[in-house]
Amino acid sequence: MSLLYIRKDMLGPSAPPASQTGAIRWLRENLFSGPVNSILTLLAIYVLYALISLSWPWLANGVWTASSLQECRSIVAASAGPDAGGACWAMIHERWHQFIFGFYPPDLWWRPILAFGLLFVALAPVLYADNKSAMSKLCGLIGVLAVLCLIGADGFSFHTVLAIALFAGLTAFAATKPRALLTVTILFPFIALWLLWGGSIWGPITALLGFMVMAMIYSLIAPKLGPVMGASLGFIAACLWWLFLQSYVSEAWQALLPLELTYVTSDKFGGFLLAFVIGVASISISLPLGILLALGRRSDMMLIKTLSVGFIEFVRGVPLITMLFTASLLLQYFLPPQTKFDLILRVVILVTIFSAAYNAEVVRGGLAALPRGQYEAADALGLDYWQAQRLIIMPQALKISIPGIVSTFIGLFKDTTLVSFVGLADPLRGITTIVRADINWKGIYWEPYIFVGGIFFIVCFGMSRYSMYLENKLKTDHR
Amino acid sequence: MKKSVFFGALAATTVLAGSAFAGTLDDVKARGELICGVNVGLTGFGAPDATGAYVGFDVDLCKAVAAAVLGDAAKVKYVPTTGETRFTALASGEVDVLIRNSTWTFSRDTDLKFDFVAVNYYDGQGFMVKKDLGVSSAKELDGATVCIQTGTTTELNLADFFKSNNITYTPVNVADDSEALRQYDAGACDAYTTDASGLAASRASLASPADHIILPEIISKEPLGPVVRHGDNNWGDIVRWTYYALLTAEEKGVTKANIDQVASSTTDPEIKRLLGLEGDMGAMMGLDKDWSRRAIAVSGNYGEIFEAHIGTSTPIGLARGLNALWTQGGLQYAPPIR
Repeated sequence: MSLLYIRKDMLGPSAPPASQTGAIRWLRENLFSGPVNSILTLLAIYVLYALISLSWPWLANGVWTASSLQECRSIVAASAGPDAGGACWAMIHERWHQFIFGFYPPDLWWRPILAFGLLFVALAPVLYADNKSAMSKLCGLIGVLAVLCLIGADGFSFHTVLAIALFAGLTAFAATKPRALLTVTILFPFIALWLLWGGSIWGPITALLGFMVMAMIYSLIAPKLGPVMGASLGFIAACLWWLFLQSYVSEAWQALLPLELTYVTSDKFGGFLLAFVIGVASISISLPLGILLALGRRSDMMLIKTLSVGFIEFVRGVPLITMLFTASLLLQYFLPPQTKFDLILRVVILVTIFSAAYNAEVVRGGLAALPRGQYEAADALGLDYWQAQRLIIMPQALKISIPGIVSTFIGLFKDTTLVSFVGLADPLRGITTIVRADINWKGIYWEPYIFVGGIFFIVCFGMSRYSMYLENKLKTDHR
Repeated sequence: MKKSVFFGALAATTVLAGSAFAGTLDDVKARGELICGVNVGLTGFGAPDATGAYVGFDVDLCKAVAAAVLGDAAKVKYVPTTGETRFTALASGEVDVLIRNSTWTFSRDTDLKFDFVAVNYYDGQGFMVKKDLGVSSAKELDGATVCIQTGTTTELNLADFFKSNNITYTPVNVADDSEALRQYDAGACDAYTTDASGLAASRASLASPADHIILPEIISKEPLGPVVRHGDNNWGDIVRWTYYALLTAEEKGVTKANIDQVASSTTDPEIKRLLGLEGDMGAMMGLDKDWSRRAIAVSGNYGEIFEAHIGTSTPIGLARGLNALWTQGGLQYAPPIR
């Protein structure tokens, strides 16, 4: 009689074969899943190796303190042998301020730094709508950075104390009443204008009054004659204010209560300060303008449609460089001689127009992607045109257009370097040429490009990450 | 009807524009500032330094004109102009005078309606090669690859030179000086050709300048000088004679350092006229007596300016060559001030 052996408990799982676990499995699945992939992986590794082995010694031999390229070379030769190459970062060390601020007077650097910090505070409510914690984190972080920059630029001065108080207050606002920050957003263009260019404070304030005139006329007329009439009459009134009344009022106030910062002329602007002034101004104006153009292009009104189509097609058909040359050269012929029409302002206007046309087409793509039912549903609810756009159409159309809009913005920001062709000191070519014209740094090639390219990458990558965050946040489909 | 009104207005604007240009001197005086079109960055000739202040050979002439007209060399607004924007900036009245290495040519003088009032630097196109190439004359460059900046007159000069000598070359097109230098240094081309003044600066910036030579042939004439608009001869005279005052000062040995001493002790009638001690030269062009004295006092005479920015004592190390005074075998010759 045999006794059957019956196992009472389960065998423990044995470890998977070595080829199916951990790093080896990952490698097999991702890098060596087949002969073609294996070859491509090996090739890629070789290319990476070649690139790093070529550039690493150059980067590792980099010199940070020297007063000329020749000195850099002799330091590299002394430390790494006569044939070794080495980066000469000393040039960045000596001239970084020109890449960042252009020729802005050093004792006034606190003004662009403060304006740059406030830019993010102003953006916070737009970027993070009602997300209190994100807003206050952004404000706090930017506040700390701005104060650190101020201390670095200026020492611990009155401006630093002012900035600490300002950013602490704004962060507190962001944490408690995020909606209130929208006031900062609305006022920011005027504050930035005043901080960057200086002059009498009454200039920006009376310019702001122009918008108030516009709003007042609109609120008086819109109920009777409709929003379009209200807006256009308001606009005309505001223009009259700006052209004829503003200067007298601002001078009168200036005489009464003089409050001014040292005036800085536009030719002192350069480097990333210039890129940000042009980029931020153009981006923030071109989006609303683009939306209006897109709506105009889809309008049933013959005149508006024709004008919009004509504008968009004309602007998109002309290269940006042509527009810049128009801004810098042709306008001088058309305007009366001795007219002081600031070159930066001219460039901002033309770049804005350019980017508005592209934005209009991107937004139109979003509008076209909406199902017809959405428009009909809006009509069925009895909403008028502007209500339907605001409540139903635009939220959806803009959501679809986010990637396109952001890539237009990124393109626009990078295109600001083209202003070097009209003699403005952009960071990439303008400032680099100036630095290279110094006999001490003549012959330097990669370093300024790497430095400027790195900063551009950080900014553009930031924009792109934000757009991905926004897409995720607004995702409402059920995939 | 409407159309004619429009054209009438346009014509009126043009006339206005013309009349506004007529008195550049009055404009400058009223503005209290000379607007000088300069280079965006050319080693030794004009570029902002680390503090943002413009310095250079051309810039010092701007300062001298400002000192002569306004009495203060600091009252200059420098407008950076690129190769594309320079002439339009001058023609449209955005700048009062253009001092940025512009070659005096027939068509620029006549067709573009400018006046080249003087030649402050005689330049010419040359070649730089590596020493170990074993070439001692540009005529031996048969079959060479040559780095050349596109869209400049140097490109045309190069083609002409090789054609007339029956030799061939392969152009390597580059966009600007820094790129050309990079390509040349990396061995992408055997020779680099551009204006000789630029070549000298480029050579100085190479890792070992002694391994490179600049060939003796100069294949083009590039007279560079200050430019003003047609039609305002008095303004042109002011710029021209400010420059000639600097030249005469060098000829007569008047320097920045000794100008006051010379003025008090000189017996030479020509120096007396130059420094405004005799006669009333300034009034003939609408300036005061001391115009030239102020112009010379800013950065010294022509020779001093040359030595300070591009001369043999600087890393650029240009010899005077054609730019020596006529008394020393050069071409710089100032008409008499009388």
